[in-house]
Amino acid sequence: MTPEPDPRAESRLPPDTSPGLGVTDLACRRDGRLVFSGLSFHLAPGEARLLRGPNGVGKSSLLRVLAGLVPPAAGRVTLDGITPRDADAWAEQVAYAGHLDAVKPQLTVAENLRFWSGILGARDIAPALASLDLAAIADRTAASCSAGQKRRLGLARLLLAERRLWLLDEPTVALDAATVARFTRIVAAHLAGGGMALIATHVDLDLPAGPPLVMAPPARGDDVGADPFLAGNFA
Amino acid sequence: MGAARTLLARDLRLALRSGGGAGLGLAFFLIVVLLVPLGVGPEQSRLAPLAPGILWVAALLACLLSLDRLFQADWEDGVLDVLALAPLPLEAVVAVKALAHWLTTGLPLVLLAPVLAVTLNLPAVAFPWLIASLAIGTPALSFLGAIGAAVTVGVRRGGLLLSVLVLPLYVPSLIFGAEAVAAAGAGESLTPLLLLAGLTLFILAAAPFAAAAALRVNLR
Repeated sequence: MTPEPDPRAESRLPPDTSPGLGVTDLACRRDGRLVFSGLSFHLAPGEARLLRGPNGVGKSSLLRVLAGLVPPAAGRVTLDGITPRDADAWAEQVAYAGHLDAVKPQLTVAENLRFWSGILGARDIAPALASLDLAAIADRTAASCSAGQKRRLGLARLLLAERRLWLLDEPTVALDAATVARFTRIVAAHLAGGGMALIATHVDLDLPAGPPLVMAPPARGDDVGADPFLAGNFA
Repeated sequence: MGAARTLLARDLRLALRSGGGAGLGLAFFLIVVLLVPLGVGPEQSRLAPLAPGILWVAALLACLLSLDRLFQADWEDGVLDVLALAPLPLEAVVAVKALAHWLTTGLPLVLLAPVLAVTLNLPAVAFPWLIASLAIGTPALSFLGAIGAAVTVGVRRGGLLLSVLVLPLYVPSLIFGAEAVAAAGAGESLTPLLLLAGLTLFILAAAPFAAAAALRVNLR
């Protein structure tokens, strides 16, 4: 059994002040199960990394930890000196697009976008509609949109507010080839502006990306938590 | 402020659109109260003392009816994830959504209650007290319910669990609310109404924090 990651270890690590996203010795535990541990990488401004690995290896968990939705079990995450614990400042830096589109089926495409622009700090929704080719269906209810159109609507949210780090979970699912190319250009423009992106995907995206970040499943026996009760040891 | 207003407008719009269930609580309230004279009999002497309690119990149950979807709908389609990362604090999200729930469920009950009180032969002198007690007490029902809705957000068919969790918490509001109406009928006293108001203020202040903490755990 691997030693339990120590949550206090963070304070012993040297402060990471280099620009960009720094991830040091990160571990994530969900439902008592160690999903991954000892993960370290760095993302410089203007850089993108593709996140690879078999199903269930913890790609989505990593993105949720980086988004600040899940507290890490150990290790540290910094973005230009800010950590996810400083929730307000962190939320101003990251945009998260999970495998759910965050689209309300009862509202129209334009109403959905206008809602998010109001929540994230007002900005005209017209450029976002145009970028993802949604203008023609702006007045349709999201319930009548296809899966690909809903995905485009979910991705259009990224363009409403300026966020440096994009965390994208399988963004190209349900998208046709032309829209994948269109979306790749949007991400490239984001990178050219000094943004960063971490993209969990199983397809090849034509991006100026660094080497893919490959996550491997933990060795057998590693996946049982330190909690003896959760490990099935009730005695 | 702009973000809070956007969220409130969206929740009201969703509640009023088809499937939003805004009218459901009201219809339930109407039916439950109208069933009572059919079961108990129409004699004024028998109905009048029961009226405050019946109206309050029916209001509690009507309020519960739409609570299970308060956060669950946003949780299921991923909206809650993005809201948790928005500049609006999660406590404010809870407060705005509970307010929208009250505006679409509690407020219509307050307005309909006097009409139904006539069918229960509530004495005329108690009418202003009924309206006041419901207007002061029902916001607490939505905000307390938000805690239960946040705890059960990840539970499939959590509506029943929500009722079991939340109904005991409604007991103080029910006691003071019904007592305020009954006391008005038999020589008025402000005390139950003031206690109800104090209780509501405490719940309005504390519930958003409790519900937001429960939501954060469920978002992990």
